[in-house]
Amino acid sequence: MNSMMGIIRLDGSSAMLKELCEHRPVASLPIAGRYRVIDFALSNMVNAGITNVGILMTEKARSILDHLRSGKDWDLARHREGMYYMPNDSVDGRAPIGNLSGLYNNLDYVQHSSGDYVLVAKADSIYNMDFNKVLEYHQSTGADITFVYQTINGSIPGTSSVLKVADSGLVKDIYKSPNVEAGSDVTMGVYLMAKDTFINLVKTAFERGGTDLLIDGIMRRMDEYTIYAYRHEGYMARINSVEAYYRASMDIRKPEVWEELFMGENVIHTQRKDAVPVQYKETAVVTDSLIANGCEIRGEVENSILFRGVKVAEGAKVKNAILMQHAVIGKDAVIENVICDKDVVVGEGKSLKGADTYPIIVSKGAAI
Amino acid sequence: MSKTKCLAMILAGGQGSRLGALTKNIAKPAVPFGGKYRIIDFPLSNCANSGITTVGVLTQYRPLELHTYLGTGNAWDLDQQSGGVFILPPYARDKGADWYKGTADAIYQNLNFIDTVDPDYVLILSGDHIYTMDYAEMLAAHKARKADVTIGVFGVSWEEAPRFGIMNCDTEGRIMEFEEKPAKPKSNLASMGIYIFNREYLDKYLKEDAVLDTSSHDFGKDIIPKMLGDNGCLFSYAFEGYWKDVGTIESLWEANMDLLQDEPPFELSSKWRIYSSNPSLPPHYLSPEAVVKRSMVNEGSMVKGTVEHSVLFSGVRVGKDAKVTDSVVMPFAKIEDGAEVQYAIVAQNCVIKAGAKVIGAPGAISVIPEGTVVAAE
Repeated sequence: MNSMMGIIRLDGSSAMLKELCEHRPVASLPIAGRYRVIDFALSNMVNAGITNVGILMTEKARSILDHLRSGKDWDLARHREGMYYMPNDSVDGRAPIGNLSGLYNNLDYVQHSSGDYVLVAKADSIYNMDFNKVLEYHQSTGADITFVYQTINGSIPGTSSVLKVADSGLVKDIYKSPNVEAGSDVTMGVYLMAKDTFINLVKTAFERGGTDLLIDGIMRRMDEYTIYAYRHEGYMARINSVEAYYRASMDIRKPEVWEELFMGENVIHTQRKDAVPVQYKETAVVTDSLIANGCEIRGEVENSILFRGVKVAEGAKVKNAILMQHAVIGKDAVIENVICDKDVVVGEGKSLKGADTYPIIVSKGAAI
Repeated sequence: MSKTKCLAMILAGGQGSRLGALTKNIAKPAVPFGGKYRIIDFPLSNCANSGITTVGVLTQYRPLELHTYLGTGNAWDLDQQSGGVFILPPYARDKGADWYKGTADAIYQNLNFIDTVDPDYVLILSGDHIYTMDYAEMLAAHKARKADVTIGVFGVSWEEAPRFGIMNCDTEGRIMEFEEKPAKPKSNLASMGIYIFNREYLDKYLKEDAVLDTSSHDFGKDIIPKMLGDNGCLFSYAFEGYWKDVGTIESLWEANMDLLQDEPPFELSSKWRIYSSNPSLPPHYLSPEAVVKRSMVNEGSMVKGTVEHSVLFSGVRVGKDAKVTDSVVMPFAKIEDGAEVQYAIVAQNCVIKAGAKVIGAPGAISVIPEGTVVAAE
């Protein structure tokens, strides 16, 4: 048997995402015009034939429940298995710290699931990859644990877990680094291991007072495991800061990234909506932009990403902007280097400009 | 199955021969419309929005794509424990197999289905019109007048009237006379092919009609005239709003172009949502060179050229310096660099090669059938 079950973790620091993640985990942050960040990890699992996915819950999860619902849009609303919400309840009256207690509390679910392997992924990355290749690699190396990593070609902000990988793929060292330079091998938060290994690892680490799967479960016990790392060659962006979010959004606009992520054999699924195709009116001038259905455009849009149902009035100019669902940009308004969260209204003639490298964030529902 | 008040039956078996190349492989109700829809989305969405949750879809001609599209009815929220979408193709009985011989015969052959659902009213719809309509209001009018039958009518222009089945009504809306394509119409109220029947009343007339060798088993030609002849209580229900028969290439093209007006004659984006199957495709991308005006563009498309006054379905590619004007480009068609498309309907998966030209004219829309490769001259 070669079957995997999936676990998607919603936990993780979102402090550097500021206002964007005030009310939501990074997993449900809207991205690329119609998706949420979790769609990528979840679709990758489904596309690899995984029919059993546990979602390890976190606080502020309302938007995730609203987005995933029964899992139907990912074909995970099934008679057997399918999607399963793993609550992260308090233990002995103590609020849970980290992800280990949530995993520990749901071990019986993992135990009774049919998969032979457990694939754990964080819901904070944008990528389209075939997890079956990771399983093949895992089996060929005889590793206890396989990490998925990427060699990065530019420095990235925010704390990352860096691997020292030998030519053979064997992992020599793992450490957390606050600043990562180009050429580093950075984990993508995806680990694969046999189910027994996973259960044992979580149990031991939690019962000894651990709180974090990576630190207490793996890093502190490196000498007990044979760890290999599988390199992902395609596009990958981890969304761990406003800057990273903005950069990834602008990347997705590039035709080659757009093609790789969305137009290949393995599609990224998301919640289905019945929006009308985009309506471009007589005065519309739109270039180098991603535009989602339900938008109605009369003004100018350049180098931007417009989510569903955004309206840009005549004379308005939108440049280097990310406008989430249902933003309304009034007549002759000027928007530049701005990220507007959902339901923002910018009045007639108003001007809003951020710095080139540092976009202004407009909070959900704000009226300007 | 719990008791259903009103059952809708959509006649979706028509070949749509006037749509020529567009219906070579698919039934007319499956023909794409408006950038993401298919014609049958309109009656289906109207049903869902009107609270009619049991819908029979009668298919016959080239049903594969239509059946695949309908699936479980999930797209229209019609995948229900009780009710939902029922696909009703003709089937073989112990005394042999019959195609549906006419609109009335199609319903007659499915009387057993109607018996299973056991509705009080049967709403008959056709799968070839673009419109949004609240059937619940029509049903309320039907009940209020205690009619045997209520027929949806639409005021067409007097010039067009001779092409339609025309209802001559009294001041209360009661139908006095029905004339099929009259040379000199006395009224401009055309039948929309939308009927609400009291179920027993329909049952009786269908059974009587079925055994008549002289009948063509058609609602307009046989059943309605017979009911009127018997002094049945038939009322008209006037529909106001946008209603368009998209049975010809020209009218299909026109209906698409209607959506591109600055204030379209009917809003796809209103609260009365038109549901459709939604494939998982990303927002479309317009390149730095793209010019897109007075157009509708769907997901998964990439435009590097010029698109004016056109409808682009999903996954369409328009290359650099290519020009698409006054046209409808269906899913996954490719218009390569420098190609030109004007006054045309380019069907699914066509490739208009670099530098090639497809130029039609108003009144002579050029149609490129599904999967065609058009090379430059």
